Amino acid sequence: MTMTVALDVSASDTATDAAVTLSGVQKVFGHGARAVTALDGVDLTVEPGEFVCLLGASGCGKTTVLNLIAGLDRPTGGDIALTTTRPAVMFQEAALMPWLTASGNVELPLRLAGVKKPARRERAAELLNLVRLGGVGDKRPHELSGGMRQRVALARALASTVDADEGAVSLLLMDEPFSALDAITRDVLQGELLRVWRATGPAVVFVTHDVREAVRLGQRVVLLSSRPGRVVREWNVNGLSGVEEARVIDDVNARLREVISSHAAA
Amino acid sequence: MPRHDSDVSTVDTASTVDAVNSDAAVEGLDRLDTPVAPSGRGLRRRRLARSVLAPIGAIVLIIAIWQSLWAAAFWPEYQLPAPLDVWRQILEVTESGEVWTLLWTSVHRAVIGFAIALVVATPLGLLLAKVPLVRAAIGPLISGLQSLPSVAWVPAAVLWFGLTDAAIYTVVLLGAVPSIANGLVAGIDHIPPILPRVGKVLGANKLQAARHILLPAALPGYLAGLKQGWAFSWRSLMAAELIATSPQLGVGLGQYLDNGKNLSDMSMVMAGIGLIFLVGVGIELAVFRPLERAVLRARGLSGAV
Repeated sequence: MTMTVALDVSASDTATDAAVTLSGVQKVFGHGARAVTALDGVDLTVEPGEFVCLLGASGCGKTTVLNLIAGLDRPTGGDIALTTTRPAVMFQEAALMPWLTASGNVELPLRLAGVKKPARRERAAELLNLVRLGGVGDKRPHELSGGMRQRVALARALASTVDADEGAVSLLLMDEPFSALDAITRDVLQGELLRVWRATGPAVVFVTHDVREAVRLGQRVVLLSSRPGRVVREWNVNGLSGVEEARVIDDVNARLREVISSHAAA
Repeated sequence: MPRHDSDVSTVDTASTVDAVNSDAAVEGLDRLDTPVAPSGRGLRRRRLARSVLAPIGAIVLIIAIWQSLWAAAFWPEYQLPAPLDVWRQILEVTESGEVWTLLWTSVHRAVIGFAIALVVATPLGLLLAKVPLVRAAIGPLISGLQSLPSVAWVPAAVLWFGLTDAAIYTVVLLGAVPSIANGLVAGIDHIPPILPRVGKVLGANKLQAARHILLPAALPGYLAGLKQGWAFSWRSLMAAELIATSPQLGVGLGQYLDNGKNLSDMSMVMAGIGLIFLVGVGIELAVFRPLERAVLRARGLSGAV
């Protein structure tokens, strides 16, 4: 097995100006007879500022893709190239540090990066304002609702990128960030995410198993097959609404069902 | 699927009003969803009353039973003295100032012993929690030591070090170190795995992860270990003082208890037990309880305390 991992621009010539480039990425868990191929030859390019939704049924390795891009795991084969050394990452759980205030949580990545206190205070306040939580900086996570916690997590993720000269975020990775929320909160937060994305302009890779969410949020929807995960099809869903949007949703659902059904036969 | 259809309408309505009303929607939702903390003054007063009055009531009841057993002459006087006699004994050592020597001798030993135990047990606990080989090798040993009564070490310590402070501190350390180390291990084991992952994506290196994520996340378990470690220090110290008595060692509470036994003075023995109990509970209430409460309350875990 060859393993070539390139995590920055200088090490790879495949990444010209795309925010993320995956070429032939393979991931195998375990060894020998018990080995499970999670991903097999995933190719994906995300342009700067583009909002891409990765969609798939359970076990399609969409979370694995995200972990590989985030650098939490290493691919078994293939290349991953990013323009940033540290993307902003958000998980399904807010996973805020319970001993820190909301503001302390947003400041944490800045503290780790050695930013001085007044500067990080200012940046944290700015980011909390961006997610409309300017007034709750002093509150602890347990004093906030699930939706508010997830927005603090978003602010914290945005604070963690280091390639930002002027506080610009180049890549945001999200792993089913709204799937643990109730439907009303999810709906409002989807709108909030779009607003924040338009305001800050990062490339977004958004993992979800919710077709409707993917079509509403993304400019492009990428469907992954399951075991092993491969890119099955892509849809350009930029600016769709009404009848067209409903038609694409039906189309994606139909393809998704085909993918799932193929496992019943096998 | 009917659920599907209702979904469509929610999303569509929401996206049409998106720009106009999202401000108000977000604000309204935040207000509705924010957990309401029950922080009425009446509630706090009631809780305070309960936490103070209930134990006082229990003590009064115990003394009343004791007094009636004594009045009924259930046991002879040299086995069960009157509560008042024991109180007089305590007053006597307090008035003569002897009590301060007793307390100082024992408490400063316990505090020094506990401090050394802390310094030894913390790195030990970190190693046990983070290095699988260390845990496999000495983990069971440490857990076993925790259940070994530390009084069992007194004869060995006396043979090793003679009747010296070193012997006493050895017993205290063997009692307290396993508790503190195990507390830290439990604290680290119970950290949700997502937190170290978050630390990694936020850019923490190993040292920063330990300082900013592992240690604060493990703090509640560590504190519980410290509390238990203090109890074990105090217990072990009393065992050591009671057995390893010598004029060079000075008179601590254990020695006082032993003197009472030798004089067949039951009220002195009970006064000694009372003082030992008071110190143990006093430190717990004055130091560990507030510390634990502050830590748990900051994390929204204060339901139990």
